[in-house]
Amino acid sequence: MCGIVGLFIKDKALEVSLGDMLSDMLVTMTDRGPDSAGIAIYGSGAADHVKISVQSADPDTVFDQLSEKLAGALTLPFEVERKSTHAICTVADQDVAVFDDIIKEDFPGLSIMSRGETMEIFKEVGLPKDVIARFGINAMSGTHGIGHTRMATESAVVTNGAHPFSTGADQCLVHNGSLSNHNNLRRDLAHNGITLETQNDSEVAAGYLTWQMQNGANLGEALEASLSDLDGFFTFVVGTKDGFGVLRDPIACKPAVLAETDQYVAFGSEYRALVGLPGIADAQIWEPEPGKVYFWKH
Amino acid sequence: MQRIDLDDVALRELNEILQAQGDDTNQTSWEIINPKGSHALAVGLDAPIEVTIKGSTGYYCGGMNKQATITVDGSVGPGVGENMMSGMLKIAGDASQYAGATGRGGLLAIKGNAASRCGISMKGIDIVVHGNIGHMSAFMAQKGNLVVLGDAGDALGDSIYEANLFVRGNVRSLGADCVEKDMTPDHLAQLAGLLEAAEADADPASFRRYGSARKLYHFDIDNAAQY
Repeated sequence: MCGIVGLFIKDKALEVSLGDMLSDMLVTMTDRGPDSAGIAIYGSGAADHVKISVQSADPDTVFDQLSEKLAGALTLPFEVERKSTHAICTVADQDVAVFDDIIKEDFPGLSIMSRGETMEIFKEVGLPKDVIARFGINAMSGTHGIGHTRMATESAVVTNGAHPFSTGADQCLVHNGSLSNHNNLRRDLAHNGITLETQNDSEVAAGYLTWQMQNGANLGEALEASLSDLDGFFTFVVGTKDGFGVLRDPIACKPAVLAETDQYVAFGSEYRALVGLPGIADAQIWEPEPGKVYFWKH
Repeated sequence: MQRIDLDDVALRELNEILQAQGDDTNQTSWEIINPKGSHALAVGLDAPIEVTIKGSTGYYCGGMNKQATITVDGSVGPGVGENMMSGMLKIAGDASQYAGATGRGGLLAIKGNAASRCGISMKGIDIVVHGNIGHMSAFMAQKGNLVVLGDAGDALGDSIYEANLFVRGNVRSLGADCVEKDMTPDHLAQLAGLLEAAEADADPASFRRYGSARKLYHFDIDNAAQY
């Protein structure tokens, strides 16, 4: 199964509640997938800086070591803000190459979950309520966010198999379904310079969209192209720095509900996920059409 | 009227209360509030009672219904009225995929649209949709009537056995072995009755009827491409 939630805020007054609303929505979807959970939040960012979300199996020692190493190597101020098994490293653009070298050479056990100007990704094995609590998602504010609770089908129940997947700066994707041509596509993407970290089918979809956008497509066009190149079952919810998109495959077995008011656009695998949102009684609520791209932009 | 608030009463308890009503119950009118998209609401009922659900529901609302009249004042998730036996389900809003799947009897009236696979494998149920229906509707339909006032999506009636499909709007495409058929006076009278029962204001003469060409009943090597 898997459960997906997403929230794209239109009314700035609601941005402070993004984490809170998204958390409640995701917990409601727990029984669609208890294996692991993850969330992407598009929050604040500083100009000329990149936020890199890293995860460690041994956060108690590794993040201190990382801070120490960075202090000796980076030229400009940086931050390593630990949140449970993750740390958000804020690094000046001109130091990113050095940062990447350090991770590669000295911290091979660290996983990079995401990078971008505003996006942060947190994901772990466990129930949504536990994952949300350990990262303090409720307290986060932002312009849009996407959450996923996973029932694993195509690859192992490990942190790196959890969603959202990010394969490009400020880009993320969550997926309910299964792709049948992901091995071929993974090889094609590798030829085109998109390297993927896992054997997960959903990461291939994320990589595919990244590749399309690298070649000039906007999010809507990239999603449109995926209809002819991806084979299998999918409901995708995707985010970019200022965009939010939804797409279901033409067979559309996987459930999806959209709601829109003057204040927000909300996505839920089921209507249950949306019932706590403000003004939902008067929202426009509909089931997204099969094979039709839905796309909002700030 | 009995009122049950799902904020106070557990779903299983609610269904047990409703399922406990017999043919001779005096409590014939029920209202359920705060459904909040719950699954399997008012399933397995078997009494001539009226149940009104104030709000939208999740999966399988009114499944296996016998005798009861269930009204949903909202929209319903996948599988509404699945395997319904008799009685009536009235949906004020939209229905998600496979509405009325495998239904054996009774009437399912949907005031809004129904998504894909509406009436899949229907076995005697009558379904009236005031709006449109999605793709693969009435797939392998065996018996009963599907009435659509709006449009039908791709592959309507694919691999249909016996059932009448009445559509007033456009049919994007017909599935394998589904063809347009003559509308006889008997069909018009039957359709008028269904429209009236479902509170649908439409002229029976404005519909087209579709059904089985009966060419896939037995394997014929010339039809291999259609399977």
